[in-house]
This record gives sequence, C-alpha cells and structure tokens, in this order.
Amino acid sequence: MAESKTLNINMGPQHPSTHGVLRVELEVDGETIVRAKPIIGYLHTGIEKTMESKLYYKALPCTDRMDYLAPMSNNLGYCLAVEKLLDIDVPEKVKYARVCLAELTRIGSHLVWLGTHALDLGAMSMLLYAFRERELIIDIYEACGGQRMMTSYIRIGGLAHDLPPDFNARVQKVLKVIPQRLQEYETLLTRNQIFINRTKGVAVISAEDAINWSLSGPMLRGSGVKHDLRKANPYSGYEKFDFDIAFGTNGDAYDRYLLRLEEIRQSLRIIKQSLDGMPSGPYRAHVPGVVLPPKEDVLHKMESMIFHFKLVTEGFKAPVGSVYQAIESPKGEIGFYITGDGTPIPRRVRVRPPSFINLACLPALCEGRLLSDVVCSIGSIDIVLGEVDR
Amino acid sequence: MTEILKAFVNVIIKMPQGFGVTLKYLFRKPVTVQYPKQKIPMTPRYRGRHYLERYDDGTERCVCCGLCAAACPADAIYMEPEETANGERKAKVYEINLLRCIFCGFCEEACPEEAVFLGQDYEFSADNRNSFIWTKDQMLVKHPRKENPLKRIIRRVRRVYGVPTAK
Ligand code: SF4
Ligand code: SF4
Repeated sequence: MAESKTLNINMGPQHPSTHGVLRVELEVDGETIVRAKPIIGYLHTGIEKTMESKLYYKALPCTDRMDYLAPMSNNLGYCLAVEKLLDIDVPEKVKYARVCLAELTRIGSHLVWLGTHALDLGAMSMLLYAFRERELIIDIYEACGGQRMMTSYIRIGGLAHDLPPDFNARVQKVLKVIPQRLQEYETLLTRNQIFINRTKGVAVISAEDAINWSLSGPMLRGSGVKHDLRKANPYSGYEKFDFDIAFGTNGDAYDRYLLRLEEIRQSLRIIKQSLDGMPSGPYRAHVPGVVLPPKEDVLHKMESMIFHFKLVTEGFKAPVGSVYQAIESPKGEIGFYITGDGTPIPRRVRVRPPSFINLACLPALCEGRLLSDVVCSIGSIDIVLGEVDR
Repeated sequence: MTEILKAFVNVIIKMPQGFGVTLKYLFRKPVTVQYPKQKIPMTPRYRGRHYLERYDDGTERCVCCGLCAAACPADAIYMEPEETANGERKAKVYEINLLRCIFCGFCEEACPEEAVFLGQDYEFSADNRNSFIWTKDQMLVKHPRKENPLKRIIRRVRRVYGVPTAK
C-alpha cells in the first residue's frame, strides 16, 4: 500500500503569529513545506458593500476599520479619492497636516509591525518597547480626532477639527524620542545572531517576482525596486518634501526589517519638514454643500444652517464618473476606486488593499522552506486581516 | 569564514549589548500604569459615552430635530418628539444604542443646538444587552448641575478649536 509521505496541517485561524484570523493550509513533508495556501475570509465584514450603501461622508468611518493600524492613511486615501471625484482643492495647511499625520501613521504601523514580528521570532522585549513608543503616536491621534484607533480625523475637504493646540509639542516629542529608541532597537535586533539566522535569506522574493505578484510597499522595495507612490505619483503635496526612498537589495525578511527602520527615519524627516513649513490658515475648504460649515456660523447664520441641514441629511451629490486614487500606506499601495452616479451614495467603492495583494505571494515565499519560516514570512509581509478581508 | 567570524562577534559582543538595553530598563521608572487604580486622563476631544447638555436655566438643549440620527453612520440613535406646555419641541424619547454606536462623533458634529456631546467615560460594561441602550434620563446632565468642570472645558475647547473656514 502506497503511503502518503506528506501531512496536511492547519495553521490558524487562531494562531498567535498569523496576526489575526488568517488560516494557512500547509502540506508538510517532515519539516519542509510542500504547499502553503492562505485561506482568508474569517474577518469579512463587507466594508466595501457597506460603503456603497452610505452617504459619502458617512462611509468614512468604515475606512478606519480596514487597516486599523494605519487609520489616517486610509482616511486620507478615501478623502483624496472623493475630493478628486468632486474636484475640490484643500487649503495648504490641510495638505501639510495630512502629510504629517500620514507619516506619523507610518511610524506607528511600522512600530507595531516591528514589535509583533520580533515577538514571533522570539524577541519578547521588542514588543513592549515598540508599543511604548507607539503610545506617543496614538496619543496624538487622540488629541486630534478624539479616538485612539478609529480616528476619522481626515475628512472630505479638510480635517474634522483644527489641529490641537499642543500638536506641535506632541510631535516634537515624537521627533525627539523615536530616533534614540530606534538606536536601541538596532542594538537589540540588527546584530542579534538569532534574529539574523531567523530572517536572513528567509522569505526571499526577487525583484521580478515582486513586480509580477504586483506587490507594493516595503515588500516591493525590499527587493530593490525603487517605487514609492509618494515620489512616483505625489499626492497631498508630497512633492514639496525632501526624503529618500528606502530600499533593500536581497529581498529577504532581514532587508525588509532594515528597510522599515529606514522608512521610519525618512518619515521623521518628512514630519520635521511639515512641522516647520506648516502654514496657518483654515482647516477645511470652503465648499458649501460638501464641507460642513463651522459650528459658529451654523448657530448664527441662516445660510450656513441650511447648508448644514442639507448636508447632514442628504449628503452631497457626486458627479457621474470614476476615479482611482492610490496612496502609499505603510503596507503598500492602498487605492480607492470610486464610481459616482450622480446620487449622494457611491455606486461602487473598490479598495485595493495592499495587505491582501501582498499576502497572495505567501506560497511563493515559503514553499520548499522550513515550517518555522512560515511565521517569519507572514510577519515580514506585514498583513492586517481587517484589510485583507474587508 | 567571514560569516562565521561575524556571527562570533555578534554573539560575543553585540548580543550582550542588547541585553544591556533590557537591563537598563530594569532600573527605570515603568511607563505602565496600574489601570483600575491609576488612570490616564483623556484628552479634551476624547469621544466616550454621550451626554445631553442643558441651558444654564435647566431647559434641555435638544429639540429633537433628528440631525444626529441622520448623521449617524451606525443608525444608533432613536428619538420621538413631544411638545412642552409652552409649545416648545423637545425629545420624549431619546435613546442611543451603545452597542451599535461606533463613537465616531458625527452626532456631536451634526447637532445644531450643541445638545449631544461625547464625554470622557469609557468604562461601561453590563451583563445584558438592554442596559446598553442609554435613555435620555441617563444622558441628560444633572440640573442644577454638579459643577463638573471637565464637561464645561470640553464644550469650550471644542468651540474654540473651530476657526472659520476660508471664504
Ligand atoms: S441632539 Fe441635537 S441633533 Fe440630535 S435631535 Fe437633539 S438637537 Fe437635534
Ligand atoms: S458617535 Fe457616531 S455612531 Fe455613535 S451615536 Fe453618534 S453618530 Fe452614531
């Protein structure tokens, strides 16, 4: 009787290092992976469909809940897409503030990635340190938008409120603290032989494969492809900022680790420039019927009151047409494809989720490798299941 | 060969430096707080559990216009109007289902009377679903109000934040 040599095992959906409810079906031959198949859908909440049943402004909180580690990036992507559809221009200050917040989000998201990835590979204290620093950034979200994760702060046509009075001081603290702490992370991990053994040469993807898998973000740049939407297709005034694209050479997990640390440094540079150059001015565009008028006017002026009532109850009608707006989120290219049909409700909202597309290359990363490398591969892709499943 | 040498250096010199970092924090003050006993104050804009404001003379601000319910992305607000003795409109029933609510703050932004606000409470738990449906009595601030400076500050700060938009 022929005996099957391989064994099928399930990793997840309740596995601590699948970062959520990802299930990976593994066929193993001893310790070697013969076949790996990510199975998704355990966190499917129908976010796209929900957005298609809501007014444009009411769909915004849904975007927070996709990539919940980078809420501001998602808000920004959606708002830019709707602004493009409506052809609205936002004040200069809004652009600067958005860039600043998006970069803070990048740091926050990379810190969580760093902590959890290191934890997966056995470095417990890294998690505690990374979360400690992320707290500074989360406090900034709270001071701005009032919520620590689901910020909904960036709105169509501007921001929800003006930047808080202590915004500058808080961000300055981040600028001061994070570089020192990065030094410590480097001491802990960069030359840690255990970490090197677990990541060097693991989860390798060549530049050509990365492009063919349509990867984006650190997954793509880790293989040496210098593609960053902030440079390639600037949005929200990124062309005014001076920064470098971080990229790796070998395309392995270790390179992506170094790359993400470098991205944090570049983000700090951008934040510094945006703080220095932050112009004063309004925090919302003046577009009656699309952007809420200020509360003072609503209380005292008839027209503002009417616009306010109409906007809140009916929303605004978007023109017929489709737009695609992609931004560089911490995980890669997050794009919003929105089709308006002349009603206040979008006909179609399609999100191009970076985690979902990056996750697709998981079999290529770990087939033929050892079982323990699966954890490292999943970790270094940096997925958020909320975004994968939507 | 150089690889092995490098690994040797890493293990002998670099890794103990890492241990040094962890050791250093053994002698630092911890950044964590002992939660139920110690609490971190929330920022003025924090979006916690709702409350309904009153005018200084005690009348309710809410006129049951329904804008908050219209703005609510989660359809968490339910209300029924009634008329007071002197012909003013006010809410007979005003309920927020805190299990549906996503604490987005859109109701607060939509309210044209500055009646509903999201407060600073974040600790609410119960063992049955019904007690998450908050009624008007539970949300209205007490009158005469126990002077709660925090709530006053929230209102003022939020108002001051709103500078006019470009004309
Ligand atoms: S709370 Fe405000 S928006 Fe809601 S019904 Fe009352 S007055 Fe209208
Ligand atoms: S906070 Fe948001 S979800 Fe909650 S009741 Fe207000 S509008 Fe609805």
